[in-house]
Amino acid sequence: MPKRLLLPLALLSAPLLAADMDVTVEIPRLQVAEYHRPYVAIWLEKPDQSHAADLAVWYDLKLKDKEGEKWLKDLRQWWRRSGRSLEMPVDGLSAATRAVGTHSLKFSDSRTPLQALPAGEYRLVVEAVREVGGRELLRLPFSWPPQQTETQSIQGESELGAIRLTLNP
Amino acid sequence: MNPMIKWTTLALAICLPLSAQAHRAWMLPSATVLSGDEPWITVDAAVSNDLFYFEHVPLRLQGIGDAAQAPAGGPPGMRARPTPALQIVAPDGSHASARNGSIGRYRSTFDVQLSQKGTYKLAVANSGLFASWKEKGELRRWMGSAENFAKDVPANAEDLKISQTSSRMEVFVTSGNPTESVLKPTGQGLELAPVTHPNDLFAGEAAEFVFLLDGKPAADVEISVIPGGNRYRDQLGEINASTDAQGKVSITWPQAGMYWLEAELKTDKAVAKPATERRASYSATLEVLAP
Repeated sequence: MPKRLLLPLALLSAPLLAADMDVTVEIPRLQVAEYHRPYVAIWLEKPDQSHAADLAVWYDLKLKDKEGEKWLKDLRQWWRRSGRSLEMPVDGLSAATRAVGTHSLKFSDSRTPLQALPAGEYRLVVEAVREVGGRELLRLPFSWPPQQTETQSIQGESELGAIRLTLNP
Repeated sequence: MNPMIKWTTLALAICLPLSAQAHRAWMLPSATVLSGDEPWITVDAAVSNDLFYFEHVPLRLQGIGDAAQAPAGGPPGMRARPTPALQIVAPDGSHASARNGSIGRYRSTFDVQLSQKGTYKLAVANSGLFASWKEKGELRRWMGSAENFAKDVPANAEDLKISQTSSRMEVFVTSGNPTESVLKPTGQGLELAPVTHPNDLFAGEAAEFVFLLDGKPAADVEISVIPGGNRYRDQLGEINASTDAQGKVSITWPQAGMYWLEAELKTDKAVAKPATERRASYSATLEVLAP
């Protein structure tokens, strides 16, 4: 069979192959009098902003009486799209707040949530909100599953630093 | 103006938002969208000109502080009107009680713990009769229940005009996921039957509401929506709309914030005797979030 016919076949069967997603989120160093690590929600949405899958929620898990959950609604876009219908904490989703620096997350289509993600157009959404601070929300559009290795990034201006999304077929 | 008439007019204005007086009665919740375990809200309630500032009289509510000691917006010696009851309906339909109630010079305040997940409704509803007539050339006014009407109002009064009145003031708050159970109308007076959930309102989005009179869609209800914070701007920023034949109205929120919605209907249809007209009003404080 000619090689140029094999290539489209390979592309069509891409969902059967292992695809993965690397997300890096930078928590910037801020010159403020009172600093608390931000609450951060990372999820996937469809182009109409409807919720597709949650990737991570970083919040204060250690406060007694689940006091940290009281502020989850301040991640207001995530709260509307997903958080309010969840019973926190959620295994594999809930995690502690992160320090200043760049944090890397890896997701594979062999595991939830990407395992169940239908092919289509999506946006990675990162929302951050900080106690006695501000809020920032960033989006990166992408197609799933990826046809080739691709990297995209966006730079936050206040509560978030660089967000990078790398897709590997 | 005769101070007695002025105060009477003012007192009426508070109960009857249909009048031209600008005073507005409202409840202001500390939050409407909440997360976490059994969160609390605190609610301020007042009658004022500007939204949402305490500058006139507190809203008197049964069981919230010592209402008898509080300014009522009337002159000394004026016959006290019955203090309305506050209803707090939980997502499962049970009634919750207000905590830490108190009443001050300008506002009353109380707390509510949201022990259940879902949407709560806070409501203050009133209904009765309003009569006006002339006695020795002077205008007399009366408000009260249908039972007391015959006792208090002379049957052969000159220029007797009787209206059937109802008013309802509501606030919605949600812990966790919004639920629908408290949105079910009672079937009495003018009510809001939300198509868009009242705790799912966002700036730039349109919200659809249906207004019902005695449980049936009410056409031509006048709706006024005013964003809070008007002390610090020149324009009132009022949005005016009216319901269509199906009782439906759509409001697009220009920005995030607390809004005061008022709906009014005056009709001579389906009026119970001895009244010859019907005045119904509804108001709600709604929180619109930034997307």
